[in-house]
Amino acid sequence: MYAFDIERPSTIADAVAALQGEDAQALGGGQTLIPTLKQRLAAPSKLVSLSGIGEMQGVCVGDDGAVCIGGATTHATVSREAAAHYPGLAALASHIGDPAVRNRGTIGGSLANNDPAACYPAAALASGATIVTNNREIAADDYFQGMFSTALDEGEVITEVRFPVPQAANYQKFLQPASRFALVGVFVAKYADGVRVAVTGASENGVFRWAEAEAALSANFAASALDGLTVDADGMIGDLHGSGTYRAHLVGVNTKRAVEAAS
Amino acid sequence: MPKDSGIGASPKRREDLRFLTGAGKYTDDINIHGQTYVHFLRADVAHATINSIDTSAAATMPGVVHIFTGADFEAVGGIPCGWQITDRFGEPMQEPRHPVIAHGTIRHVGEIVAAVVGESLEQARDAAEAIVLDLTEKPAVVDMKAAAADGSTKVHDDLTSNICYDWGFVEENRDAVDQAIKDAAHVTTLELVNNRLVANPMEPRVAVGEYSRSDDMHTLHTTSQNPHVIRLLMGAFVLGIPEHKLRVVAPDVGGGFGTKIFHYAEEAFCTFAAKAVNRPVKWTSTRSEAFMSDAHGRDHVTKIELAMDADNNFTAVRTETYANMGAYLSTFASSVPTWLHGTLMAGNYKTPLIYVNVKAMFTNTVPVDAYRGAGRPEATFQLERVIDKAARERGVDPIALRRQNFVTEFPYATPVAVEYDTGDYEATMAKLEEIADIGGFATRRAESEAKGKLRGLGVNCYIEACGIAPSNLVGQLGARAGLYDAATVRVNATGSISVMVGAHSHGQGHETSFPQVISEMIGIPEDQIDIVHGDTSKIPFGMGTYGSRSLAVCGSAMVRAAEKVINKAKKIAAHLLEASDADIELKDGQFSVAGTDKSVAWGDVTLAAYVPHNYPLEDIEPGLEETAFYDPANFTYPAGAYACEVEVDPDTGKVTIERFSAADDFGNVINPMIVSGQVHGGIAQGVGQALLENCAYDEDGQLISASYMDYAMPRADDLPFYTVDHSCQTPCTHNPLGVKGCGEAGAIGSPPSVVNAVVDALQSGGKNVTHIDMPLTPSRVWDAMNNA
Repeated sequence: MYAFDIERPSTIADAVAALQGEDAQALGGGQTLIPTLKQRLAAPSKLVSLSGIGEMQGVCVGDDGAVCIGGATTHATVSREAAAHYPGLAALASHIGDPAVRNRGTIGGSLANNDPAACYPAAALASGATIVTNNREIAADDYFQGMFSTALDEGEVITEVRFPVPQAANYQKFLQPASRFALVGVFVAKYADGVRVAVTGASENGVFRWAEAEAALSANFAASALDGLTVDADGMIGDLHGSGTYRAHLVGVNTKRAVEAAS
Repeated sequence: MPKDSGIGASPKRREDLRFLTGAGKYTDDINIHGQTYVHFLRADVAHATINSIDTSAAATMPGVVHIFTGADFEAVGGIPCGWQITDRFGEPMQEPRHPVIAHGTIRHVGEIVAAVVGESLEQARDAAEAIVLDLTEKPAVVDMKAAAADGSTKVHDDLTSNICYDWGFVEENRDAVDQAIKDAAHVTTLELVNNRLVANPMEPRVAVGEYSRSDDMHTLHTTSQNPHVIRLLMGAFVLGIPEHKLRVVAPDVGGGFGTKIFHYAEEAFCTFAAKAVNRPVKWTSTRSEAFMSDAHGRDHVTKIELAMDADNNFTAVRTETYANMGAYLSTFASSVPTWLHGTLMAGNYKTPLIYVNVKAMFTNTVPVDAYRGAGRPEATFQLERVIDKAARERGVDPIALRRQNFVTEFPYATPVAVEYDTGDYEATMAKLEEIADIGGFATRRAESEAKGKLRGLGVNCYIEACGIAPSNLVGQLGARAGLYDAATVRVNATGSISVMVGAHSHGQGHETSFPQVISEMIGIPEDQIDIVHGDTSKIPFGMGTYGSRSLAVCGSAMVRAAEKVINKAKKIAAHLLEASDADIELKDGQFSVAGTDKSVAWGDVTLAAYVPHNYPLEDIEPGLEETAFYDPANFTYPAGAYACEVEVDPDTGKVTIERFSAADDFGNVINPMIVSGQVHGGIAQGVGQALLENCAYDEDGQLISASYMDYAMPRADDLPFYTVDHSCQTPCTHNPLGVKGCGEAGAIGSPPSVVNAVVDALQSGGKNVTHIDMPLTPSRVWDAMNNA
């Protein structure tokens, strides 16, 4: 990697200040950024590590019942501490990567990176989560703006993510055989006011909501409600591991399985 | 009672203590005072003319010691190929120069274009980014059949075409085979791909070059399976260094799988550069470099035809294979699709007529060479797949069809030039039916179907030729080296023993199993015996470890040397016991006079050899150390039968392996636990090939599976618990231990049974799928199901 400076602030305010410098880059768990640096594909002048900021750590339940997760909370912590409050989310966190990834990678890092095959974006979008940053709150529906693209401004830090807790939820991930990222992942969440279905891994535009499935499931929360519904293969990722047609098919399979598992 | 020591016992592997506690000493652990680091600037295009390389800015950067380009290596030799193939027209193969550093032309992504030697690796890497290349890109040659066409872009302008050789075997049988296929009652035809693989040993390659001006001595520390082979190839053919001025050391090596047999450009570079800059030069491959510079494996495209008479007896086999060589000929590349492949096309069957045609192709890809099994998996896969297809076409049981055609009398001379010395294919098949519970399959299939899954059973046989090789035979076939091995048994004064062996252990457990043999012969504890390997300054000139040869060839040399030691020790014992040496018996570490209670201990005899106060000095020399070279009389022929049961998820195409059983005949077995471990690892690699691994290039010659993000390695949860059995033992008839070799069997024997099982599962679900090319990823299986 190229040489860089590193700062380890202990407060959000200090982190935001440190990120004002030119070419400064926030460092979460580093599960994407560190390999990128080692490949010399990025050359930040300064890394600002968020892992020492106590106010960005941990899982709690807000007054409105939402599960609130600090932006620097690792997947392993979420899988443990959210289990009693939002088991579908905790189960998702417990299957990201391997133990080393789960003990370093963070929810804020994952959402800020918005890898098109990452798991957390599906949970956030299907849950109608709120992405809380150092200066605003962003609805998940407004946050994800395409592959590796989000509503975050330069230097903006995800401090917390708030997940309204659904009546039932499940995430089905079909693994890409090599990376074991999601070839297709579908998160289904059933709320009192309707069902939300978010798909990761499949689309060239990153995570998306499957509106037809949401409408069908809101009317009848059963796998059979999805019979005959398909996702258009246009715009789906096609690569060594599967065509767009295959991914579109897997969206249907995973959605049915998620509904069955959640029911 | 199982034995607790000696031949047939399963002591735990002594080397694992250091490997598992971080005490192994690997090449990257070697750091020498004054050491420099090399960073290789590698091509990121597949095919280009190098117009110029401007290193002037880079040369002035901090920490740069020296920058080398192809021009610096014009005066030395190219990387040699160790096997010359003669084509079916009697002409030698086309053999292009394989430069240490590309000179004038880039021929594959990953080829070395320049080398920066720096005080630190980061400084060398910084400087490499400042090197300015002026390239003119050329079309990449990737597809083998297109490469063979007239008018194709040539990988090497100085060759007549991209065809390295067009080989026919046995050429004299060509017309007879054609006629037999015309006359057959039934011909089954199958076109298939044997997918290209990356070996991916856990330890990437490393080379540290060192030069001593005081005695003009070169030393190369390297991750090699055969240090003497590297010394010979690099010293004699590339750098012109005589053996006595070149030492090659391969310490602990973290897995080879064939890819560390070969002499690589990086080894020659570090050795050359160490003298040029008069400093040690170190290179440690990154995983990314390994993907584009370690020789790849397999990569055959084949059409096979199996002819049968009206009673389903095999009458002929004809194959046409395109075999990828990559951009240059790696060390044993040319031998893999020919002598290690064509000679195995009889399989376990008495097919009377066989013709194998292989067109070896140059392409703008990484060189391809031996990978666990090397040619034999390719032969086994096509034969065992076409037999399965034939059984389905003829409506007969695939096991019965195999049985009907088994070779049953030994020795058996095949129509493809080899003679199986011994075997019992019926026994391994019967053992397989037992351990795999073939009879219970129908019940298990019904259980799977009740869960909505398709269940399939796949069976195959395999045979391989191991213990390479009789030197006079392979010499006639074009090998440019002898393939004997050597061992020195050095008995120390107090009776402990060091055995210096030409074989190299990089996962095989020689340090445990070889002493078991010596312990059995002499009757002293195994912990009194150590194996020394991996350093040309310590070991005799043996040829190393590959092709499941270590025990069959080097182990035989060790036995011969130990026999010489024992014969001499008996003479010493006879002197001490005042008896005739013909009457001396050695048992449990005691020499005794037959029929008496007179005896002397092993340690007293060995002490007498080195403190020869009371010693027959007039008849024999002091000391107790003997060397033997062993050149095998034939290959060995391990064989067996494998069964795989899969479940296929019809909604997604995902295949899971539910059961896997292997019945192998390895002849005599020294350490059953180690043998089981070798089979386990081989099956993991075979299943990896069948379901997961795929080294893929795009049409521009870019490697698109260049990291673990896209190259799928088998993980523990991809594999079932195996049932392995090696109780069927027909000992090899021509080596002293009766052993055959077990290292490659799993990788050879497993891919066909996996694919056969998946096809069986899909057929059971009403899908008319007769073949899917490996790897059988979920998307490929789903596509096949939905296009059937």
